[in-house]
Amino acid sequence: MAKLESSLKNMVLCLLLISMVMSAALGIVYAITKGPIEKTSKQAEIDAIKNVLPSFDNDPTKEAKTIDGLVYYVATQSGEIVGCAVKTYTNKGFAGHFEIMVGFKPDGTIFKTAILDQKETPGLGDKMKTKWKDQFNEKNPTSYKLAVKKDGGDVDAITASTITSRAFCDAVSRAYNGYMNNILNTTNK
Amino acid sequence: MSSLKFFTNGLLKENPTFVLVLGTCPTLAVTTAAFNGIGMGLATTFVLVFSNMFIALLKNYIPDKVRIAAFIVIIATFVTIVDLLMKAFVPDIYKTLGIFIPLIVVNCIILGRAEAFAQKNEVKSSILDGLGMGIGFTLAITLMGSIREILGSGSIFNIPILAENTKTILLFILPPGAFFTFGYMIAIFNRFKAKYKF
Repeated sequence: MAKLESSLKNMVLCLLLISMVMSAALGIVYAITKGPIEKTSKQAEIDAIKNVLPSFDNDPTKEAKTIDGLVYYVATQSGEIVGCAVKTYTNKGFAGHFEIMVGFKPDGTIFKTAILDQKETPGLGDKMKTKWKDQFNEKNPTSYKLAVKKDGGDVDAITASTITSRAFCDAVSRAYNGYMNNILNTTNK
Repeated sequence: MSSLKFFTNGLLKENPTFVLVLGTCPTLAVTTAAFNGIGMGLATTFVLVFSNMFIALLKNYIPDKVRIAAFIVIIATFVTIVDLLMKAFVPDIYKTLGIFIPLIVVNCIILGRAEAFAQKNEVKSSILDGLGMGIGFTLAITLMGSIREILGSGSIFNIPILAENTKTILLFILPPGAFFTFGYMIAIFNRFKAKYKF
């Protein structure tokens, strides 16, 4: 059969029909994937919390508090607070913004840290994903200065990635200050 | 051409990456690791097969003057479908590929095949062409990803193959490494093409 002529009527009808059919198809796919997408993003959140805190049995995402751009997840084990995971960020990374999760024990000691979302240079800055970040574990920022050694702190910087290391310290101290001011003081009272 | 030829055409003779040199943006950007290559390649293959199929089906109903607009709507739909599906079921790959999934819309391979092949050919041969081109693209970027991952991170498919403290050539996972790898791959490919005349 011959091709449809490029008359105004044909062109409008063709585009209209194609757009309608395609948007219907998209609507269906969206409806199907909506549930799983929410589930995976929630699962990712819970996994990140599990990575940075001792074992807990509540659902910390339910009582998440957002204060000044930081998100606080308080975790409890049979009703007792075992720690708090803080989703924190920095804008000082080599590629700007990145996000990490820091887990604090109730006394403010860092339990563990995890990287959530980062675009640092592969092979240099993104080495913070490796064992490097373990040096923060079990350190209490009251006695452990959250700055790289070059700046007079206690943190070993990643070789050739001082900026990333500084940014990481910035994110951790932001989390620590927020936790001390907003969570610890209110739960203890 | 037999129907098998439509399929093998994209693998070697008109390999979209090394011969047609189309879709270089994802080729350069996502090939920092072999696994990214597979993810990106398969997503593109999916879009390519379905867009080729639909365009071949509808070719007689699309007036010439609005064909590009119609093709882009069809392509964008399938890209969005892939985007949603990957977000729902393979969130890890989705996170690494990020922005490059929606950018499949503007990948020249797809519109190129729609223009050059699907709108002139039958549905069956268009599907085979899409499949061949897609797999050719997947193989090419996976190969590039493997080379860059081995040289740059000392691992392949995230499995370390070098001792932990071996110095790797970091440059290869940085953007310039993409151009080096790409250039050498095209040169090697052309050499073989001239020698064996496929």
